[in-house]
This record gives sequence, C-alpha cells and structure tokens, in this order.
Amino acid sequence: MQKKNALMAWIDDRLPVTVTYEKHMSKYYAPKNLNFWYFFGVFSFLMLANQILTGVWLTMSYNPTAEGAFASVEYIMRDVEWGWLIRYLHSTGASFFFIAVYMHMFRGLLYGSYQKPRELIWIFGMLIYLMLMAEAFMGYVLPWGQMSYWGAQVIISLFGAIPVIGDDLVTWIRGDYLISGITLNRFFALHVIALPLVIVALVVLHILALHEVGSNNPDGVDIKKHKDEKGRPLDGIPFHPFYTVHDIMGVVVFLAVFCFVVFFWPEGGGFFLEHANFEEANGLKTPEHIAPVWYFGAFYTILRAIPNKLGGVVAMGAAIAILFVLPWLDRSPVKSWRYKGWITKVSIVVFAIAFVILTWLGTQPATATYTLIGQICSVIYFAFFILMPWYTRFEKTKPVPERVTV
Amino acid sequence: MSDGGVNKTRRRLIFATAGMGGVGGAFVAVPFIKSWNPSEKAKAAGAPVKQDISKVEPGQMVTLAWRGKPVYVVHRTSETLEQLPSIDDRLKDPESENLDQQPEYARNEQRSRRSDYLVIEGVCTHLGCAPKFHPEVKPEPFDPEWKGGFYCPCHGSRFDLAGRVFSGSPASDNLKVPPHSYEDGNVLIVGVDEETA
Repeated sequence: MQKKNALMAWIDDRLPVTVTYEKHMSKYYAPKNLNFWYFFGVFSFLMLANQILTGVWLTMSYNPTAEGAFASVEYIMRDVEWGWLIRYLHSTGASFFFIAVYMHMFRGLLYGSYQKPRELIWIFGMLIYLMLMAEAFMGYVLPWGQMSYWGAQVIISLFGAIPVIGDDLVTWIRGDYLISGITLNRFFALHVIALPLVIVALVVLHILALHEVGSNNPDGVDIKKHKDEKGRPLDGIPFHPFYTVHDIMGVVVFLAVFCFVVFFWPEGGGFFLEHANFEEANGLKTPEHIAPVWYFGAFYTILRAIPNKLGGVVAMGAAIAILFVLPWLDRSPVKSWRYKGWITKVSIVVFAIAFVILTWLGTQPATATYTLIGQICSVIYFAFFILMPWYTRFEKTKPVPERVTV
Repeated sequence: MSDGGVNKTRRRLIFATAGMGGVGGAFVAVPFIKSWNPSEKAKAAGAPVKQDISKVEPGQMVTLAWRGKPVYVVHRTSETLEQLPSIDDRLKDPESENLDQQPEYARNEQRSRRSDYLVIEGVCTHLGCAPKFHPEVKPEPFDPEWKGGFYCPCHGSRFDLAGRVFSGSPASDNLKVPPHSYEDGNVLIVGVDEETA
C-alpha cells in the first residue's frame, strides 16, 4: 500500500473525508445538459465568498459609531493602502451578488427547479434571499451617509404600520427614539456576525438538499430514471472534474465583467452607490429624492403603489411571501417551460418585463404617471402567481422526452 | 421495561424535562430581547430645547432639533390662518380627532398653543421622512390648488400649514404636535407641556 493511501485510510477511519468528497464532488452526477443559466448558482457562491473576505478586511478600518462611521469610510477610501479597492469590491460586489441571485432565481422559474422533489431547496433559497435583503439593507446603513440614514428611517418605519405594537416595535428595533448611533452599532453587529452566520448555514442546507435529490436541468427530466449497470445516471456526469472545470470558465468571464465595473464604474451611475450617500447623515434634512438601491426597487414600487400605509406594507410583504409558496402554485405536470403551454411562456416573459420595470421605477421619483405604471406592473406581478394554479393546470403541455436533449 | 410498548413514566419525565427546558429558554431570552430597548442614556437624551422665536418673521420657518428629530416652527400670517378652515373638506382629519397627534391644548383649528406659531414635528407620519416647507400659495406639480403647507419628497404626502394631512396622501395621520410651552412670551420650549415661568 502506498504511503498516501495509508494516510487517507487513517483519516477516513476518523473523519469521512473520501466519502464526503465522492458524494458531493467526484460521484455527484449532474445532468450533462446544464446550460448558461446554471452558472449563476456558482456566481452567487463566489460573490458570497467575496463579500465575506472583503467584509472582514473592511471591519479592520471601519468605525461603527455615528461620530466616526462616515469619516472612517473616507479614511478607507483615501488613506488605507488598497482600501478603495477592497471597499469597491464589497459595495459593487453587493450589486453583483444580487444580479447573480436574481438570475439564479429566474433560472428556477424557467425550468421548474422548485417543483417536487425540490421544494425545500427553493425554500432554503428564499430564506437566503430574505436574509440577504436584511444583510444588504443593514450594510447600506453603515457608511452613515444621507441615504443610509433616511433609507433606514423609511425601512424601519415600515414596521410602524403593524397595528397596536407597531410604534413600540420600531423603537425596539432602533434602540432609540430616532435612528442614532445605537441603531448603527447594532446593525453593524448583525451585518458582520449574526446574518453572515445564518446565511452561510442556509447555503449549506441549500446545497445539502440539492445533493440529496440531484440537480434539475433545462428539460426538467429526471436523469435518475435511466442508469447504467453501475447505477450511474446515463445523462449525468461527475460534478468534478466536468462541472468544476466548466464553471471556472464561467467564473473567468464573470470576474472580468465584475472587475471592469469595480475599476471603471464602481458607483454604477448612482445605482450601486447613490449620490446622496456621499454626504454625511443629517437627521434634520431629507434628501430631495430618496430611493433604495436598485435591488430593492421592485418591492419599493409595490409599497408605493398603494396609497395607504398599512396596505402598502402588506402588499410589499405579500410580494416576497408569495415567492415562498411558488412550488405549490405551479400545478403543471411538466417542470421546464420548454414543455409547458403558451400561457406559461407568455406569462413568464410578461412577468420578467414587469419585474424589471418595477425595479427601475423604485429608483425613480414617484410622479403620477410612474405611480400608475407601478400599479399596473404590481397587478401583473401578483396575477402571475395568483393565477398560476389555473393556467398551469389547464393549459396543454408538450410531451417531455425520456432523456435529456443536448 | 417497554417490550414493544412505551414506558409512559419515562415519556412523561422527558416531556416534563423538555417543558422545563423550554421555560428556562424563554427566561434566558428576556435579557437578550430587552437589551434592544432604548438604554438609560438614550432615554435621558430627550431634554427640552429652548428657542427665542421673536426673530422669526411672518411666513418664515425655523427648524429645531428635539430628541434628534426636526421640529418645525412656522410664524403664520393672518391670511394663512383665515384660509385654514376653507380646505377642511380636502383633509383626512380636519378636526384633529386622532388624540395621539397633538396635546389637548393644541386640539383646535390652528393646532397650536399660540395661533400664530405652528410647532410640529417634521417627521412624516407615513415613513418618517422630513417633509419640505412650501409656504407659497401657488399651483405646485403635486397639487394645482396648493394653499401652502408641507410636501414629503419620499412618497408624496401633503400637509397644510396646520400640519393636517390631505386626502390622497399615503400618510394617514396629521403631523404630530410635540409638547411645547412658552416662557416670557417669546421663548419657545419644546418638550415641556406646562408653562414654567
């Protein structure tokens, strides 16, 4: 026996390294027809790693107090060696994280990846998304600029719409009678310790649940139905080395785009870092136009679409909550939109357009015309989900092939 | 022992132990939840503020900071006060019937202790932005029949010069009148209900 094998055997007797490696890498069979859309899970994972790495470095120079926060971010940008790069990787990284996550979620929508038996994967994914929104919101408060302050004021005030306990709840969240250094300090703790721990744990569950049932594919075909004599799916290929190498190629392209933006367009034209945030927080003066960062735009537009405080908050909450039950709204016998009927195909395209418009409107001032467009798109958003149980059940689907098509 | 069946005594003991553990866990949660309440220091920071308002010209507004919040003090003209009742039918709560939004002494037509001075918190009752002061009587993009008042840039809530909310605004309540009083006639004290002099 070779020395290396003897060492491995010694470890395997004490820790299941080889078994785990085989289960999740070299003997995890992924469908061989995964396409472009399947890159975004890996990209999300990559951006999570980026946020953790750059985030840890930022905490080394950041000062989480109302007096020092704004100045310490300027200090990072101007005086800390390579500080500007680490901060831009983090701030622009947040936007790229959301781009990757939105594409990843849309992939699930296209190919029915949330359908039985993958409901739990979808739910864990939605929990990650929810935690990510909280994480991003609290992170945006930390530079303590005007948009940090007033964004926090508006978002925390949303809880005040809850009847009876609303006002006390808002005070409890802020830890003060207004947004103050106390609020900033606790958001810092949640942003750098509590939420990242929760997100990482959820990512582990998301992947464990995925590897239990196996990956879906653009045809929505179960590759485990046809196996060779050794029990390996005929349409599956081992994740390592095939998809690891394949994904590295995608990562190279993604990082090239990411780095281009970080170096030449880090503020994203005011969409990634809003202009008002270059002015220090002032509790007596609201900026002329306050808007969330682009990735919250759709839900913010839905909030504004309803001219009633509680109604708006309920609609916004419902817009997120309804995503959780998606696996039970889709009653179609087939998974992928390739084999669903024309109603689904049209609905998904219209929904995607409405979502993009909602997102854009959320970053714009609320004029009468924009509010009306926002209301129409909000109706489309909800109709897509609420009507799904009917149109997916009654529309005529195409026959699904036995094996994947490449 | 339990041959195929269940040892009920042991199961009861397990439930009782788990129950006690749950109660203990709930007690342990209390300090963690309570530590999020405003600290003693934060509670003490709400000291009253004083301001001599005799220099505020009619039609002008000054902003004070009380408990970190903006407090608007507007010296209203007699024309402004005269036209206040004329817009009652465009408001959600013209008679100040929501008693949480003003102290009893400000529950009147002008929503103030002294009719010429409006003292209100510049905190929109929708989601907490600071509404902007638009005193001129002229058509505004947000209201063609504008008679002067406050407009919130965040979500378009409109308030008149007594801080009363217009119908059609996302805000449901009138702007809040903080406890206030006057000392020696012209010194405004925000945060104290009773006259101290």
